[in-house]
Amino acid sequence: MPATKNTTPLIKWLFYMADSNLILSQRNSEWCGHGPVLEQDIALTNMALDQLGQARAYYQYIAHLLNQDVQSPEQYTNEDELAFLRDNRAFHNLLLCELPNGDWAQTIAKLFFFSHYQYQLLNMLTQHEDDTIRAIAIKSLKEVTYHVRWSSEWVIRLGDGTEESKTRMNNAIHYLLPYLSELFNPADYELSLKAYDIESLKEKYIAAIEDVLEKAELPIPVSFHINLIQQKGGKQGLHTEHIGFILAEMQYMQRTYPNMEW
Amino acid sequence: MMQHEQLFQSKIDQEVKIEPLDWMPDAYRKNLVRQISQHAHSEIVGMLPEGNWITRAPSLKRKAILLAKVQDEAGHGLYLYSAAETLGTSRDQMIEDLHSGKAKYSSIFNYPTLTWADMGAIGWLVDGAAILNQVMLCRTSYGPYARAMVRICKEESFHQRQGFESLLVLSKGTETQKQMCQDAINRWWWPSLMMFGPKDADSTHSDQSMKWKIKRKSNDELRQQFIDMIAGQVKLLGMTLPDPDLKWNEERKHYDFGEIDWEEFWAVVKGNGPCNKERLAARKKAWDDGAWVREAAKVYAEKQSKKILKSA
Repeated sequence: MPATKNTTPLIKWLFYMADSNLILSQRNSEWCGHGPVLEQDIALTNMALDQLGQARAYYQYIAHLLNQDVQSPEQYTNEDELAFLRDNRAFHNLLLCELPNGDWAQTIAKLFFFSHYQYQLLNMLTQHEDDTIRAIAIKSLKEVTYHVRWSSEWVIRLGDGTEESKTRMNNAIHYLLPYLSELFNPADYELSLKAYDIESLKEKYIAAIEDVLEKAELPIPVSFHINLIQQKGGKQGLHTEHIGFILAEMQYMQRTYPNMEW
Repeated sequence: MMQHEQLFQSKIDQEVKIEPLDWMPDAYRKNLVRQISQHAHSEIVGMLPEGNWITRAPSLKRKAILLAKVQDEAGHGLYLYSAAETLGTSRDQMIEDLHSGKAKYSSIFNYPTLTWADMGAIGWLVDGAAILNQVMLCRTSYGPYARAMVRICKEESFHQRQGFESLLVLSKGTETQKQMCQDAINRWWWPSLMMFGPKDADSTHSDQSMKWKIKRKSNDELRQQFIDMIAGQVKLLGMTLPDPDLKWNEERKHYDFGEIDWEEFWAVVKGNGPCNKERLAARKKAWDDGAWVREAAKVYAEKQSKKILKSA
C-alpha cells in the first residue's frame, strides 16, 4: 500500500503530527459519556474532536502528496487507509499520546504536556514556507490555545484543590515525566526538515510548563527530567505495548470488512 | 387557592407559557420534574450505547460525526437539567434519583449496540421516534422546557438524517453491509415503537398531562405517526420492517401494525432488559470516580473567592 512509501522526511514528519493527534484523540474520546461532570465531559469530547480534525488535515495532505506519484487511480490512498491500515511500527505518534487515560488527573496531565508542546510548535509553523502546513497550523493554533488554557486551569485547580487532588496531580505528572524528553529528542526527519528550532522550542516549553506548575503549587523540576534521555521511540515507530490494543480497537472495522464504503 | 388554580388553567387554555416564578399546582411541578429529569437522564444514559462505538467507528469522518452527536446528547442533558432546576430540584438530586432507581430513563437505551449499523439505526429510528415527541414538546406549557426543546429539535433532526444517510450507505454496499443494515433494523424496530410508552388505555400520566398541555398528543397518536413515517422511508433503503402485519389501511389512511410485546416492554421498564444493570453501573461509576474531581473544583473555587475577598 502507498503508506509504505513514506520515505521522505516531510511525509514522515506529517505522520508524526497526524498520528500524535489521532492517538490522543482516540484516548480522549474514551472519556465520552464517562466524565466527572457533564460540562467537562463535553469539553474533553470537544478537544478530542479538535484533535481528530487536525489529524485528518495532516492525513489528507499526506494522501494528496502520495497520490501525486501514483500512476492509476486504483492506487490512490486516502485518510482512512492511512489511519486504519497501517501497523503499529508505521505509527509515529509520541509515546505520551498513547499512554492510558488513568484517572482525570492523568488525562489532564497528558493533555497539558501535549498541548503546550503543540502550542509552541504550531506558533513556529505559522511561519512555515509550505502553504498547507501553514494553513493547518493557523487553524489548529486557535484550538490548541484553548486546550492549553483548559488543561492548565485544571492542573492548577487540582494542584491547589484538596489533598487528594494534589496527590493525584503530582502522581500523574511524575508518571508522565519520563515521556517528555522524547518531545525534544529530534527524529532524523525533524532534523532534516529544519522547520523549527528544537532548542528554542524546548526553552519556551519548559518556561510555560513550570509557570503553570508553580501556580498549581507543584514545584517539579521539569527541565531536569526533560534533559535526561528517558523514554523514546514513538517518533520512529517503536512504541509501548499500549499501541497494539489501541489500533486493534480503532482499526477493527476496516480490518474486518476491507474495501467497503461507510 | 381556587383563584390561583383558575388563573393557572386559564393561562394554559390561552396558550400563555408558565414561567418558573409563576404559581403552579404542586402536581404540575412534580409531573414536570419527573418528565424533564427522565428526559435529561435519557440523554445522558443514551450517550453510553453510542459512545460504545466511538473508538471503533469505521472511518475518520464517521468517528467525527459520532463524537459530535454523542456530545450533542450531553448538551441536551445539560439544557434539560437546567430546565428542571428552574422548578426547584437540583441537578445533584436528580442524578441521585437516577442512581437509586427512583427516576427512570428511556428503556430504549437498555438494548445493546452490537454492530456499526446500530449507530445508523439508532439515529434513524430512535432519534426519529424521539423527535416526534420532542416536536410536540416545543409547544409544551412550561416555558423553559419548551425553549430547551426548540434547540434540541434542531440537533435531533440532524441526528436522524445522519442516521438514515449512514444506513443508506450500507444499503448500497456489499452483501455483508446490507445484512448488517437489515439486522440492525430488525433489532431496533420494536423497541423503538415501545418508546412511545404504553397504549393510551394503560398510560397513567397521560390524561392530566394533556389537560395541562405538557403533552399534546397521545402515545398511540405519536406511535401511529412514527410508523407511517418509517414505513415510507424504509422503502428508500430497500429494507423491510420486521412486522408481517404491517399493511397500509386505505380506510384509516394509516398503516396497520402487529401487536407490541408488552411483556418485554414492562420487563425492561422494571430493570430486566439486556443492559439495564450495565448502563446504571456505568453512570454510577462515572459519578463516583469523579467525586474527588468535583470536590477539588469546589475547594479550589472557595479558596479563590477567599483570596478575592482578602485582597478587596
